Amino acid sequence: MVAIALSSFFGAEAADDCELSGAWKLSLLSELAIGTMGVVESLELPGEIQHHLMHMGFVPEARVVVVRRAPAGDPTVYSIDGFEVALRRDTAQAIRVREYGREDQREIQAPTTR
Amino acid sequence: MGDCCSIPATIDLPIEPRVVGRIRTVALVGPPNSGKSTLFNRLTGLRQKVANYPGVTVEQRVGRLNGIGRADLTLIDLPGIYGLDSYSEDARVAVEVLHGDMPGTPAPDAILLVLDSLQLRRQLMLAAPVLALGLPTLVLLNMSDLMEARGGRVDTLALAQEMGVPVAKISATRGTGLDAITHFLNRKADPLANGNGSQGMVEVDKSAAPTAGRIELPVMGNPRSYRQWATGISTRTKYKAPISSEWTKRIDGVLLHRIWGPLIFLAVVFAVFQVVFSIGQPLSDGFGDVLNAAGAKIGFFLGHNWVESLLIDGVWRGVASVLVFVPQILLLFLFIGVLEDSGYLARAALIADRVMRSIGLNGKAFIPLLSAYACAVPAIMATRTIENKRDRFATILVAPFMTCSARLPIYMLMIAAFIPNKPILGDLFGLRAAVMLSLYVLGFVAALATARLLKSSILKASSAPFILELPQYRLPTVRSLSLRLMDRGKVFMKQAGTVILAVTIVLWFLSHIPFHADLAGSVIGRIGLFIEPAIKPLGFNWKIGIGLLTSVMAREVIVGTLGTLYGADPATQSLGLQAALRHDLTLGGAMALVVFFAFALQCTSTIAIVRRETNSWRWPALQFVYMSVLAYVAALATNQVILHFVR
Repeated sequence: MVAIALSSFFGAEAADDCELSGAWKLSLLSELAIGTMGVVESLELPGEIQHHLMHMGFVPEARVVVVRRAPAGDPTVYSIDGFEVALRRDTAQAIRVREYGREDQREIQAPTTR
Repeated sequence: MGDCCSIPATIDLPIEPRVVGRIRTVALVGPPNSGKSTLFNRLTGLRQKVANYPGVTVEQRVGRLNGIGRADLTLIDLPGIYGLDSYSEDARVAVEVLHGDMPGTPAPDAILLVLDSLQLRRQLMLAAPVLALGLPTLVLLNMSDLMEARGGRVDTLALAQEMGVPVAKISATRGTGLDAITHFLNRKADPLANGNGSQGMVEVDKSAAPTAGRIELPVMGNPRSYRQWATGISTRTKYKAPISSEWTKRIDGVLLHRIWGPLIFLAVVFAVFQVVFSIGQPLSDGFGDVLNAAGAKIGFFLGHNWVESLLIDGVWRGVASVLVFVPQILLLFLFIGVLEDSGYLARAALIADRVMRSIGLNGKAFIPLLSAYACAVPAIMATRTIENKRDRFATILVAPFMTCSARLPIYMLMIAAFIPNKPILGDLFGLRAAVMLSLYVLGFVAALATARLLKSSILKASSAPFILELPQYRLPTVRSLSLRLMDRGKVFMKQAGTVILAVTIVLWFLSHIPFHADLAGSVIGRIGLFIEPAIKPLGFNWKIGIGLLTSVMAREVIVGTLGTLYGADPATQSLGLQAALRHDLTLGGAMALVVFFAFALQCTSTIAIVRRETNSWRWPALQFVYMSVLAYVAALATNQVILHFVR
């Protein structure tokens, strides 16, 4: 179910500048629940790590989906630009995102506050 | 796995001034995981040289373009990079090579830019700084067959127009579309000939497309502007990303499951060892029988004289006792190759991150540590993916504790000779496998404890980030697996044919000089008896002592040495090596010996690579002393415990 929604999401992503409708709230990437999507606002990491992440696609306005957590609960796997990358909680805490709620429910309900 | 045991310092390349319009050197550029290495192997047809760039720890791979019939051209494989302005050592080296500033490396005349078409939008970010160099460039969209099969597409003509350089769709794994590279090189090298037929390469006809002259590149050095540029291009070229593999998500649902994930992980590790022993042992035994029979045949023709004694009792026994382990070692490399190529190793790193963090290491350290089960040398080279220097050094220092394949010969020999094959859990898991597994665990525990010690003392640092890309699952290709095995097999045989051969010949002579003296009275016997008091408490005799000395070169040499020494001794000549050892050692001494090998750094190749990777003699010296002391103490404890408490 989630997977189907994700694939249609990536298909539609070609137009990266298309407006996302609906309410959002500012949060940290580490706070997002599995299956939710966020749009990167800013990163606050030491220079080299920040640069590395930005080259991997973590730039403002990029869309990130929380895919799954490692068996121990951390790190978490994120999907960005159609590939998956794992980050530890302390790294994801330094990335601010606009949270749009669950990818498969975005059309029907407003983002829930956790 | 890289090249073990032979590490050339630099590669000599002819450096001639760059001539406009002539191509001699081609650089292969691309982001990590873009399939660059596979393409490099294809294009060079396996003939390549591996070394380091001078002064840095970045690997340099160079080959002739044999794969496409252009042996006159040199191909340089640059390290995988995300951008030319990164802070990493890899990117600095790439920039220096591309600008022709790297001493000893000719300036490239053309660039092959490899991009993974499954993630084209992100990978295009590298195209901007590469195009800005202004060299003749061919953009290769790798894995385009997969992209199209998964419903992705891109307008290559529009892409060529946008970037102002030719674009070709290829598949490095299948070897399709490579004639576009030939065509590009022929055409760039000699613009007048070969003008007809574009052979799979889409090129912009400059006269027909007036827009081609103006290429707008983004603001240099700013990832955000690179991304906007890349996004703009992928939109205008109607790039549709392929549907991300359903399989990968489904498999991850199981392999990264909260409960199944770790269980499967443990089962996989255990299964690898079990198969290596249950299938590998009979293979090795059979191979050993063939080698011994061959030795006896040759000996028969030589007659009974000193030549026969040198060749058969000395050289053949020494070399054959090492060669019998080739099947098992190849089997282990095959498994690690399958795990790595399929994409499972990255998941294993994700599962292991929590444990690795508790000892102060990065989850990324797990991959080098796992491949250290095969050989510490490529493992230490693989630590380059760890960004934090202190984490990387800690990983390098503990990697040789992992049970590498060079320890297998002595472990196998001693276990087969001293441990009865009693079943513990039915036929599947016996006492021998249990002893072997506990030796693996011993090395692993020593590595963890040492890492903890290092990270809380001399290599203390704040926790480094963990950024791990999870590749999609792929079926490993027979081609890439057989390449690895051939590579490993060659290295091992070369070792047997050079170092071990030389050691056995020298040993034979030393054990027969002076003539007509018995073994204990020979030169080697006197050296052995001289050092015997130091190793006696460990339960070792002087022959084992000689083995310890010769195996400083490489661990597997001890088996060859023991083969030669027991073969030269009239008392044990008629016995097999196992029987001879049983005749000569106690259980305590035998177990002390394998424990000694679990800890000691008996490997000049490892010492050399640690020196190279840390750029100092301080670290390998510290490592050697620490591991040797630990080995001595642990072996002493083992022998004393078995002596006093067993039976």
